[in-house]
Amino acid sequence: MKMKFGTMAVAAVMAASPVMADLVFPSLSYRTGPFAAGGIPFADGYADYFTLLNERDGGIGGVMTRVPECETGYNTEKGVECYESTKGEGALVYQPLSTGITYQLIPKATADDIPVHSMGYGRTSAKNGAVFSHIFNYPANYWDGASGAINYLLETNGGDLAGKKIALIYHNSAFGKEPIRTLEGLAEKYGFSLIELAVDHPGQEQKSQWLQIRRERPDFVLMWGWGVMNQVAIQEAANIRYPMENFIGIWWSGSENDVLPAGDAATGYKALTFHGVGRDFPIYEDMQKYVMDAGLAAGAGDQMGTVLYNRGVYAAMLAAEAAKTAQEIHGVADITSGMMRDGMEALVITEAKMEELGMPNFGPEFAVSCENHGGDALIGMTQWDAATQTWTLISDYKPTDGDIINPLIEEDSMAYAAEAGIEPRC
Amino acid sequence: MPDQLIYAMEVSLNGLMAGVMYALVALGFVLIFKASGIFNFAQGVMALFAAMTLVGIQTGQVPFAHLINAVFGTQIHHFGWQIHSIVAIILTVGVMIALAWAVQRFIFQHLVGQEPIILFMATIGLAYLLEGVADLMWNSEIKKLDVCLADGTCLPQGINLAIDEATFNLFGYGFFVDNLDITATIIAIILVAALVAFSQYTKQGRAMRAVADDHQAALSVGVSLNYIWILVWSVAGFVALVAGIMWGAKSGVQFSLSLIALKALPVLMLGGFTSIPGAIVGGLIIGVGEKLFEFFMSSSDLAGALFGFTMNATENWFAYVLALIFLVFRPQGLFGEKIIERV
Repeated sequence: MKMKFGTMAVAAVMAASPVMADLVFPSLSYRTGPFAAGGIPFADGYADYFTLLNERDGGIGGVMTRVPECETGYNTEKGVECYESTKGEGALVYQPLSTGITYQLIPKATADDIPVHSMGYGRTSAKNGAVFSHIFNYPANYWDGASGAINYLLETNGGDLAGKKIALIYHNSAFGKEPIRTLEGLAEKYGFSLIELAVDHPGQEQKSQWLQIRRERPDFVLMWGWGVMNQVAIQEAANIRYPMENFIGIWWSGSENDVLPAGDAATGYKALTFHGVGRDFPIYEDMQKYVMDAGLAAGAGDQMGTVLYNRGVYAAMLAAEAAKTAQEIHGVADITSGMMRDGMEALVITEAKMEELGMPNFGPEFAVSCENHGGDALIGMTQWDAATQTWTLISDYKPTDGDIINPLIEEDSMAYAAEAGIEPRC
Repeated sequence: MPDQLIYAMEVSLNGLMAGVMYALVALGFVLIFKASGIFNFAQGVMALFAAMTLVGIQTGQVPFAHLINAVFGTQIHHFGWQIHSIVAIILTVGVMIALAWAVQRFIFQHLVGQEPIILFMATIGLAYLLEGVADLMWNSEIKKLDVCLADGTCLPQGINLAIDEATFNLFGYGFFVDNLDITATIIAIILVAALVAFSQYTKQGRAMRAVADDHQAALSVGVSLNYIWILVWSVAGFVALVAGIMWGAKSGVQFSLSLIALKALPVLMLGGFTSIPGAIVGGLIIGVGEKLFEFFMSSSDLAGALFGFTMNATENWFAYVLALIFLVFRPQGLFGEKIIERV
């Protein structure tokens, strides 16, 4: 009832308002360069969802949306240039789609009163909203991913990992090193040993690392990779006949791009996730009707249902829902970026809402607050089947180990607060 | 025999194989530099372009499909046929020859007599252009590469069981050697033998060598520089295709393939920019050196016991360190031509 009243209030304000500007959701995409295969489906999904809202619902709260795209080439400098060149258009929120760009935008966007949503990447400790007022990383971050992987292994191994060997093969960058502290803490807690194997960028040559895995025979291998590193790692794992069902990648190592080059040998490979896979969701019927069939798809229209397309759709849906929340909080349809930030901070995603949107079980339930910009940290697991060329969700979205993660978030965020002279807000 | 020694032998063997893969990329650089003095920054992108063209032709992909669809509102993507690998390779070689002609006709013909740095910068421009054309022509998707012979035998991948068994019987530990690496080694041997035979025993090959030695003298005896440079770029295009196939089989054909050029640079520094044997030997030294160093430094039993710490991901930088050490003693590289300038 409260929601309905809010919606009616927004509608009433809209009816009395003069012509309104668009709601602008810039897309910092990368459709070119070595990572384009990953950037294209995300950008398509992000843009197509807003097109769907425009065509089917007349925008958000009666205001049309606009998604200006700026090509970053997954390059941090270009990403910052894109931010600077689009923020003046009335940008409501940025999804930088790169940890490097996110780090650069943290102080800039905060100063400009524009929120940043780094979903499943970026600075993990941004979860502490008391310090990072404008940065959001719901519904999950890398430390949740590390804990989610270990929880899954605990669940599938009778709750005991003592004496087991777990190897982490990671991209030798800030992104790849993110899970190490969490995994070290979890290794101490659960009694497994951790083998760390760094792979230099771009990751085309990994023979040394996989020879070491073959020699040391870890029980499980976790991977924090991106781009060509993923495809080579999965092929090398197949070459040494490492059991694929014991090989788990982070969500950036779990798209069709990563497994298809290895062919049948990739069957059984697993990847963490925080959103649904496949196209068996009611929303895709609308997407087909209002976007694809109408010839309004952002790309070639051939990505619907792929992992990274779904991630783009999910990111757009969360942005749209936050915009709706902001409209309800402030009673205006034509919201500003500051209002958008308020909407993001009050965002609540429930299964009922997901069903209403035609996305049942597409993502976990969570709530955002002033203290918690990272959501409830629920992680699922997917598995690849090469025969049907499909990912399947094999585990529900389950909680992660806050006892290990929360102190790390507190420590890192407070260090940032001290360095940047930030007084925690809440 | 101590375990660490056995493991080091396995690592060395794999280093040799990796070295061959690096040498395959370095060969393309050497061919062009030797004949024209151009350091071809676009060699990695040529490998990418060649591999993408091969897969595109093989799978019947319509070139520039997205562009055509965007302009004319059509929905065409594939011709609906699959072409046999051998035919597709021949057609791709044809495309690489056409590319060589275009590069010579539209870029380097206009830059004859310019400083080497200008020619180098032109190849940087060529790299960006070619990458963009490849993207437009074949799109950015990662493509699976299946190269098969007439009898249905495809590029093999995975552990070589014969080596695994033989070494297990000898040392009680089976060595891992990838069948793809063995295939690459055999192909590299054939390729180098063919290149040597071509340059020694054919008229065009001898003309190529004459241009490499002194292009003004070659010009004065009637050798067409234009023709030879097209020939050299065509041969480099063919070498790029071979490198693209081998690297593409490991990772799928994707834009990161252009970065394999980075693995060739230390090989060239070490082996010399003008020597085909140098590219091979340099590749092998870099391959073995970086793999052994990584093995030593990442082992708690070796570096850990000796220094009290371990390191990994050393391969990228160590390859350059190794090349620089060689350069201290032989600035022209192991097999490079010594430059003597009289004052």
